[in-house]
Amino acid sequence: MTQWEAVVGLEIHVQLKTRTKMFCRCETGFGAPPNTHTCPVCLAHPGALPVPNRKAVEWTIRLGLALGSEIAERAVFARKNYFYPDNPKGYQISQYDQPLCVGGSLAVPGVEPFEIGFVRAHLEEDAAKTVHVGGGTGRKIGAERSLIDFNRGGTPLVEIVAQPDIRSAEQAERFLQLLRQTIVALGISDARMEEGTLRCDANVSVRPAGSDELRTRWELKNMNSFRYIGRGIDAAVRAQVALYESGEEVEQHTYDYEPETDTLTPHRSKEEADDYRYFAEPDLVPVEPAAALVERLRADLPLLPADAIRARAEALGVEDAWALVTTDRDPAYLGLVAGGVSEREAYNFTMNQSIPAGADLGELVKVAKAAKELTREALSGAVAASADAGFSADAYLGQRAVSDTGELEPLVDAVLAAHPGQVEAYRGGKDGLLGFFVGQVMKETGGRANPKVVNELLREKLAS
Amino acid sequence: MIDTLRLTAEEANDLLTRGEASSRELFDAYRAAIDERDGELRCFLRLCDDVGERIPIALKDVIGTKGVETTAGSKILAGYVPVYDSTVAARVKARGLSLLGKTNTDEFAMGSSTENSAFGPSRNPWDPTRVPGGSGGGSAAAVAAGLAPWALGSDTGGSIKQPSALCGNVGLRPTYGTVSRYGIVAFASSLDQVGPVTKTVRDNAFLYSVVSGRDPADSTTVDVPPVELPEGEDLKGLRVGVPVEMRDAPGIEPGVADAVARAVALCEELGAEVEECSLPRSVEYGLPCYYLIAPAEASSNLARYDGVRYGFRAAGDELTAVYERTRDEGFGDEPKRRIMLGTYALSAGYYDAYYGKAQQVRTMIIREHGEVFERFDLIVSATSPTVAFPIGARADDPLAMYASDLLTIPSCVAGLPGLSIPCGLSEGLPVGLQLIGPQLAENTLFRAGHALERALEFDYVPERLR
Amino acid sequence: MEISREEVLHVAKLARLALTEEEVERFRGQLSAILEAVGKVSELDLEGVPPTSHPLDLVNVLAEDEPAPSLAREDALANAPDPEDGFFGVPP
Ligand SMILES: [Mg+2]
Ligand SMILES: [Zn+2]
Repeated sequence: MTQWEAVVGLEIHVQLKTRTKMFCRCETGFGAPPNTHTCPVCLAHPGALPVPNRKAVEWTIRLGLALGSEIAERAVFARKNYFYPDNPKGYQISQYDQPLCVGGSLAVPGVEPFEIGFVRAHLEEDAAKTVHVGGGTGRKIGAERSLIDFNRGGTPLVEIVAQPDIRSAEQAERFLQLLRQTIVALGISDARMEEGTLRCDANVSVRPAGSDELRTRWELKNMNSFRYIGRGIDAAVRAQVALYESGEEVEQHTYDYEPETDTLTPHRSKEEADDYRYFAEPDLVPVEPAAALVERLRADLPLLPADAIRARAEALGVEDAWALVTTDRDPAYLGLVAGGVSEREAYNFTMNQSIPAGADLGELVKVAKAAKELTREALSGAVAASADAGFSADAYLGQRAVSDTGELEPLVDAVLAAHPGQVEAYRGGKDGLLGFFVGQVMKETGGRANPKVVNELLREKLAS
Repeated sequence: MIDTLRLTAEEANDLLTRGEASSRELFDAYRAAIDERDGELRCFLRLCDDVGERIPIALKDVIGTKGVETTAGSKILAGYVPVYDSTVAARVKARGLSLLGKTNTDEFAMGSSTENSAFGPSRNPWDPTRVPGGSGGGSAAAVAAGLAPWALGSDTGGSIKQPSALCGNVGLRPTYGTVSRYGIVAFASSLDQVGPVTKTVRDNAFLYSVVSGRDPADSTTVDVPPVELPEGEDLKGLRVGVPVEMRDAPGIEPGVADAVARAVALCEELGAEVEECSLPRSVEYGLPCYYLIAPAEASSNLARYDGVRYGFRAAGDELTAVYERTRDEGFGDEPKRRIMLGTYALSAGYYDAYYGKAQQVRTMIIREHGEVFERFDLIVSATSPTVAFPIGARADDPLAMYASDLLTIPSCVAGLPGLSIPCGLSEGLPVGLQLIGPQLAENTLFRAGHALERALEFDYVPERLR
Repeated sequence: MEISREEVLHVAKLARLALTEEEVERFRGQLSAILEAVGKVSELDLEGVPPTSHPLDLVNVLAEDEPAPSLAREDALANAPDPEDGFFGVPP
């Protein structure tokens, strides 16, 4: 019985979060009313000409440097010709034989580390959005048709083509998580699949384990989460193995993954075979990144997530380090550790709390150190306030904690009076209800009550 | 009444400056000339009414004008009203020039006679049974017939120089990159250039100074050295080359060859050093190179005409069918031919043999010109192998029509500036002399063109209108 | 260089041109003649000659990432053959 292994190559499109589009100075328009972010260039009016966005070029180089790519000495924009209503010029300006970034790889840490190579990363423009409507639902014409919104058309897009180095759905998901985190750390994109700022197609084939052949592959499209990408790959692998094992061949196809049914359905195909007739875009001149620019961009790189994971792994173990970094918690963690909180405690604290952006980490260290003495409500209240102007842990935790029994006693009495059923149950032996009463008092005080004092008071009253 | 037939732009401007005519009077005089003669000549596709502070101008209909229908001579753009001005339109407006109207052109500037215009051909003011040349025949005929003091055209492989030659005007195709293409309906992006069509070289230099120079909206534009209005009357110190392959090219009419030979002799009399030179491969392979590169780029540039956002759309209820019918009904034969040729040249399996090879030939042509310009300041030849030909004579033979641009194409492919000035008559029709210089040598061309113009004393008013 | 009927149809399909029967035949003849003429470029031995895609030696012409005003939506849709609710409408 043959053992099969998957061979998966991913193509990732990342929308850059520049202020303006790739080839015109329309503001990028996520969520704006349709066709309010357009101009002659992005509507492809006769005579309109593209002018490339410098920031998009620099950010693509920044990404390439983070992925270990070689930055081209000369990059050339090319036209990719095809007709579609969301492609107003009849060609997409992309890069073909001379992309900005070539090669590179991403080493993915883990209990079983692996490395995925890159073929290239190039800069291009996004298509417009098409909404398919109709089918006689009271619309004015009633006929089926498409409506086009050019706001998204022309947004800068980086296409990253990975080598077919991925061997399982799990690897694909993990690689994408780390790649996404890297893009986010670079500050060049929100890279959110659910918003379409990160999109991924997968090329999947299988082969007998250990061989190095490349068999006919299927292209999977329109998967809108990392999880679905993994499930799509699994579905394709299962189907291809079944075909080979029943003596059939795999034919080249493009599929959409349908998460509801966990199946693959044929992608709506174009009528003729693709012949994009690429040629160098004559409206643009080449990009030749100066060595000084590349060096400046290299020096500007932040600590990359893969390196952060490897660094934190010494104290936390690689899986916790992974969890910490891929959920954007590393900066807070580092702040706490720098303030003298132990690594494990800092990890627990950051993983259990949602620390707001811009939190005062110095003050948060004090909160973390006092964490054990606080109720969950008091703790999360303090964390939530830690980004407020003038936040002070001392003020929040110390002065605002109510320990005065004279102030708390009436509240305790009121809580007990309001819940006679629970009081009876507690006295009947349900000790666990003590927490319920503590919670109620905390709620009354907005989390400010000193839980030790409340505990004592409650025991006293309930025992009597 | 102002006699627009003879009036140069410079003279018109002087009338204005001296207070002898108002901008309204000038505008009305040209409108009167249009009313009188354009019924026959059909230079204008549409007329405008806004009078600016200075003298008027006509613009070829590939030049986008905000609020004024711009069709590029094509049915597929009928009714299209730009929501923005091309950079050159904005620049002439900023100088106070008033737009008289939009002039006829071969569809998408593809042609050498204006017979490919979806709105019918224009006619040559020297002989209305003949073509005015093309693609910018409307602009050239308008200037020659006194319907506009000057005009802007666009040139891809000869569309300014050739009609200027056939109509007895001065036409400049500037160095590639010196005049913005922003807002110009594109034909072939790496070849298209806008330039002036005028009665005199001085007018030409002035209009070039108005429209040229770097434009941030066109990535392929450059800064231009200050334009010098020519005054001198000699050619002392200029080294003039005569490419023998252009002088002896097959198909040059004897009358054309004679007029050009006289002009070459005149160069020497005016003090230039004249010598033969050679551009063998540029002349032999220029046309094939051009007719691969231009259609390839055109096939892509014309893909935007799909009936989705503007222009003509054929009826239908299925996307691909609507695309195909829109484009089949919207484009005339010549754009279709070039789209198909260009699509073929770029398609899988043919790219290397056709488009890729043509790009290498282009390098070769650039190098060959570069070598010649190490020894010469400019080279001269006929602009068109023939004088204006009868309407219909080449209409059914694309290759014969393409050969009209044999002499203008090589320098266009090399991105070099070329000036056509009238140098005499053959069979009562104007003959054009083409002056070509190295990149950014417009001032040299103006200087030489002006001196020759003075010495030649060519009367640019068509004999039948005098 | 004789171009076949199938090639004409294939190219017309790529270029989205619904040619009539008459056009297919006419263009087949004309394109064959033109290709014959332009095919002359293949006579040349151009080994090692780099291609020129642009007559100018410009590089790095880029614009700053600073927004400029977009069109008003009425203007964006002013020329649209089939606008609907602020969108451009097309058949499915
Ligand atoms: Mg792409
Ligand atoms: Zn725009």
